[in-house]
Amino acid sequence: MSEEIEKYIKTEYEAGFVTDIDAETLPPGLNEDVVRFISNKKGEPEWLLEWRLKAFRAWQEMEEPDWAHVHYPEIDFQAISYFSAPKSMEDKPQSLDEVDPELLRTYEKLGIPLHEQAVLAGVANVAVDIVFDSVSLGTTFREKLAESGVIFMPISEAVHVHPELIKKYLGSVVPQKDNYYAALNCAVFSDGSFVYIPKGVRCPMELSTYFRINEENTGQFERTLIIADEGSHVSYLEGCTAPMRDENQLHAAVVELVVLDNAEIKYSTVQNWYPGDAQGKGGIYNFVTKRAIAHNNAKISWTQVETGSAVTWKYPSCILKGDNAVGEFYSVALTNNYQQADTGTKMIHIGKNTKSTIISKGISAGKSQNAYRGLVRMNPSAEGARNFTQCDSLLIGDKCGAHTFPYIESKHPSAIIEHEATTSTVSDDQMFLCQQRGIDPEKAVSMIVNGFCKEVFKELPMEFAVEAGKLLEVSLEGSVG
Amino acid sequence: MLTINNLQAKVEDKDILKGLSLNVKPGEIHAIMGPNGAGKSTLGNVLSGRDGYTVTGGEVLFNGKNILELDAEERAREGLFLAFQYPVEIPGVSNLEFLKASVDAVRKHQDKEPLDSMSFLKLAREKCKAVNLDQNFLKRGVNEGFSGGEKKRNEILQMMMLEPKLCILDETDSGLDIDALQVVAEGVNSQRDPNRSFIIVTHYQRLLDYIVPDFVHVLADGKIVKSGGKELALELEEKGYSWIENGEA
Repeated sequence: MSEEIEKYIKTEYEAGFVTDIDAETLPPGLNEDVVRFISNKKGEPEWLLEWRLKAFRAWQEMEEPDWAHVHYPEIDFQAISYFSAPKSMEDKPQSLDEVDPELLRTYEKLGIPLHEQAVLAGVANVAVDIVFDSVSLGTTFREKLAESGVIFMPISEAVHVHPELIKKYLGSVVPQKDNYYAALNCAVFSDGSFVYIPKGVRCPMELSTYFRINEENTGQFERTLIIADEGSHVSYLEGCTAPMRDENQLHAAVVELVVLDNAEIKYSTVQNWYPGDAQGKGGIYNFVTKRAIAHNNAKISWTQVETGSAVTWKYPSCILKGDNAVGEFYSVALTNNYQQADTGTKMIHIGKNTKSTIISKGISAGKSQNAYRGLVRMNPSAEGARNFTQCDSLLIGDKCGAHTFPYIESKHPSAIIEHEATTSTVSDDQMFLCQQRGIDPEKAVSMIVNGFCKEVFKELPMEFAVEAGKLLEVSLEGSVG
Repeated sequence: MLTINNLQAKVEDKDILKGLSLNVKPGEIHAIMGPNGAGKSTLGNVLSGRDGYTVTGGEVLFNGKNILELDAEERAREGLFLAFQYPVEIPGVSNLEFLKASVDAVRKHQDKEPLDSMSFLKLAREKCKAVNLDQNFLKRGVNEGFSGGEKKRNEILQMMMLEPKLCILDETDSGLDIDALQVVAEGVNSQRDPNRSFIIVTHYQRLLDYIVPDFVHVLADGKIVKSGGKELALELEEKGYSWIENGEA
């Protein structure tokens, strides 16, 4: 690609500030005592401690996976702190009004709507749970949601208030020993969001969790559990950022979605963890397990826009267990500078006439490596199942890489699987057409990239679609050539 | 309007333009004809500032400004428009979005406020009608899945929206059937204006039946070797380019 494009690829990370706050942080290291400490800190019942310990023991026996198309120095799990909470959260504020203003300012700076008043004035119809390092600071609109029976609270609180739901569903989609990072998460997870939508209820507003890592050398291990009871509907958004630091930080989350008969969950993510600097120093290791189980006639839709993290390892999956269940995966993954992403999905068809759609858009710029990895499996029971996969890669410059690893397994003769893949570049001809019509090269690249992602962006809730477009623009700054 | 003095340019290491001079006054239409490889497309690309072309000598003044010092987008904003021989597709970017970005950029350069969305849409629809493009084309990706004729009409649509001072048509007639050719010619003729000039680069005389030039120049081996009125085109058509190349003229 021409020099023109090269000169415009440079990234400025706007969420990279540090909040100066007094925190209680465990010294680095991981052993059973740490697991007990976290459980005790949360005042958890005995069964949950046992559950954590079981996971921890399993994790000790497991090996870190090395099959992904990413390279990073070995992680020293004893050098990470597994719990950090602002001291001001010790006295458990009853509402966001009582939370330390310094903490709240963090979210103001990030543009997260925390004041219900502002939200009601029509800024956005979103209820927010905010998670800062290892604790949830609070959840907005709880009363309003409670009117329709919707439960939206930190998972650490749900353990006490709704133990029956937690006991029944925690680990039901992603078992403790599922994989290395999931097992680690089971052992040390600190907080996250819990959502329950009762039978037949359409959640009256968008639910959202905003994750922020602040403390140095701290890992974030959040856990999200969403249950959509029969015939219910919810749209959930997730956002994340972290300060700019020279050391790599680990983020190993688990998200479990349970979609009961005739219910629907739409789960959208805009992931903007700190990606490291232009030389590849620092950034978040994002090793996440996200999975949903869909029962009869249920529908699950994952939409993700991934622009952050130094290394991403993430495959939001759908187990289409019930007949006629529908799974969708829409993804934009953008890598720049030295970022590496290995991301995709798994569609496991078990029920009859289950349907899945995968639309994946990978954009590579700078010296980054971007891989799509996807599994489509039609079990012997999946009569009449269908899958359509479209996997497009866009290259900006000639020093980056795009890779596609599709795995297809069909055990039923009536199943239909389609896979389409394309690779293209932002061409000099396209750039010249834009410039000849008076358009700046930066604007031209962002327009071309946005156009490439259009099919995915239209799946995002509107406020998010705008944010995602802007985020791409920022992430691509300096990537024209 | 445009003064080209002794322009020399090369692509990679090959000299293509070897001392080309041309003077275009406001309102004039100049046709540039010539055999393949004479440097016709290079002229349009060099004037509009495309990467990959190196100017090795001469000067180009556009309304008194030395445009060789400007980036491609700055030349465009100054009012220089190039209609492409093979317009490229930009999937997913709607024609309307593209036109808006383009018109906004040019207006900004002229210190004008951007048009509000409603007036812009109205204007775009009017111009669509003028070039026989269905309004649905505004919603489609730039040139995405357009036929050859539709792409060329889209170029004329862009030209009408931008109202440039100088339009260079780079073999716009290639690959057009007679109906599309007429639509394109009508579009160009409707834009004729005492303050707007055209340079029409073409291999064949055919287009000049519909767009009547004031001057015809013959480009061969990187230089203008013969200039005349519109009748020169007919003479070329009759005698072929060898007539010029062999020095018989």
